[in-house]
Amino acid sequence: MVEEDDDLILSELPDEELVPQMHDDLYDGLADEITEGVNILLERGWTPYDILTKALVEGMRIVGIDFRDGILFVPEVLLAANAMKAGMSILKPLLIETGAPRLGKMVIGTVKGDIHDIGKNLVSMMMEGAGFEIVDLGINNPVENYLEALERERADILGMSALLTTTMPYMKVVIDTMKEKGVRDDYIIMVGGAPLNEEFGRAIGADAYCRDAAVAVEMAKTLMARRHNLPA
Amino acid sequence: MLALNDHGMVDAGLSAPQALAGVFPGRVLVIACGALAREILALRKLNRWDHLELTCLPAKLHLHPELIPDAVARAIEDARPHYDRIFVAYADCGTGGLLAARCRELGVEMVAGPHCYSFFDGNAAFAARADAEMRAFFLTDFLVRQFDAFVWKPMGLDRHPELREMLFGHYERLIYLAQAQDARLDTEAARCARRLGLAYERRTTGYGDLATALATLSPEAVA
Repeated sequence: MVEEDDDLILSELPDEELVPQMHDDLYDGLADEITEGVNILLERGWTPYDILTKALVEGMRIVGIDFRDGILFVPEVLLAANAMKAGMSILKPLLIETGAPRLGKMVIGTVKGDIHDIGKNLVSMMMEGAGFEIVDLGINNPVENYLEALERERADILGMSALLTTTMPYMKVVIDTMKEKGVRDDYIIMVGGAPLNEEFGRAIGADAYCRDAAVAVEMAKTLMARRHNLPA
Repeated sequence: MLALNDHGMVDAGLSAPQALAGVFPGRVLVIACGALAREILALRKLNRWDHLELTCLPAKLHLHPELIPDAVARAIEDARPHYDRIFVAYADCGTGGLLAARCRELGVEMVAGPHCYSFFDGNAAFAARADAEMRAFFLTDFLVRQFDAFVWKPMGLDRHPELREMLFGHYERLIYLAQAQDARLDTEAARCARRLGLAYERRTTGYGDLATALATLSPEAVA
């Protein structure tokens, strides 16, 4: 994608060409170009929310599909994520100022004994882009960290991540502790990570297993909508 | 003795030489990850386990662990008419319990443990050190020899060295779990650690629980 666009001057492109070009730049992991594109759209009067959803999130959605289909691999997704992060860093303060739909609040973290956070970070970024407020607990979280953060933040969703076969059972420890304390049903619980599967998610009592960041976003929206429809 | 090279084990695997050409009463087929071929053949020679035949699936399946259960199941079904007993030399290997479930369905045993780092080190010892070594990145003999094919290139570090921090930022040291005594591998493993920006440590494990598991397949153990 990148070769033919070497001489492209982003500021000369009309909106209807600039946005697809930003999708391409995101796909190619070009952080500087994404920064430039975001600034151009802001100068043209786009709202931060529209730039976020139409240029960045949509671009990452395409990246996600190609990752799922085996066309893109981890390094390319990381580069795309870096590019999106560059755009988000401009938009985030503006989104707070201008307001944007808030779909819910998620506490997310990698479980105890596990230091892997690439998947978790991608989920956080995509959830944030979709309008969720994220409280990221980082890596190696014991159950206490999750419980404290859920209560303190008055969160709607708990997200847990694990990359290792040896650490994924800790998710059940967290859920069982929540059951013991009588707070399990106060939260939507979503889990993810390379060795997990649907069956494991069901077996430990999670509300959803999410195989990638795009699925996590859709699942969170669906489960939040379902929650709002429940009788009080 | 079967000829093998690591490059072949990454992409192509290894077929049991006589497999599928007849029926071999009393013989045991080990269906293994290509990353274990050299070690299993060494154990076979060392212990004179002549009853063992070896077939290997490509080690690169580890880059997509979700493909492992189906690949192993196919190999089992293909070999079943020809062998009295089949053993799977894989651990869980990132399949989240799905490989174990498939082996149970097919009535075939496999190596216990989460992955080869663990069973080479000894599953109990590895688990006991889990907290202390949470920030360790492990290599085996095979992975030292195939570092570029299994780590450096798939992680994109050959093309994008700037990803190192994102990928390895939470790691502190590289522990080389050595199966064989080989000074060249030690030197190479130390170089891998430097490339990843990690401290280096070497631990001799030998064949660990892999040897114990394969020993259960000997006619004496069965008797």
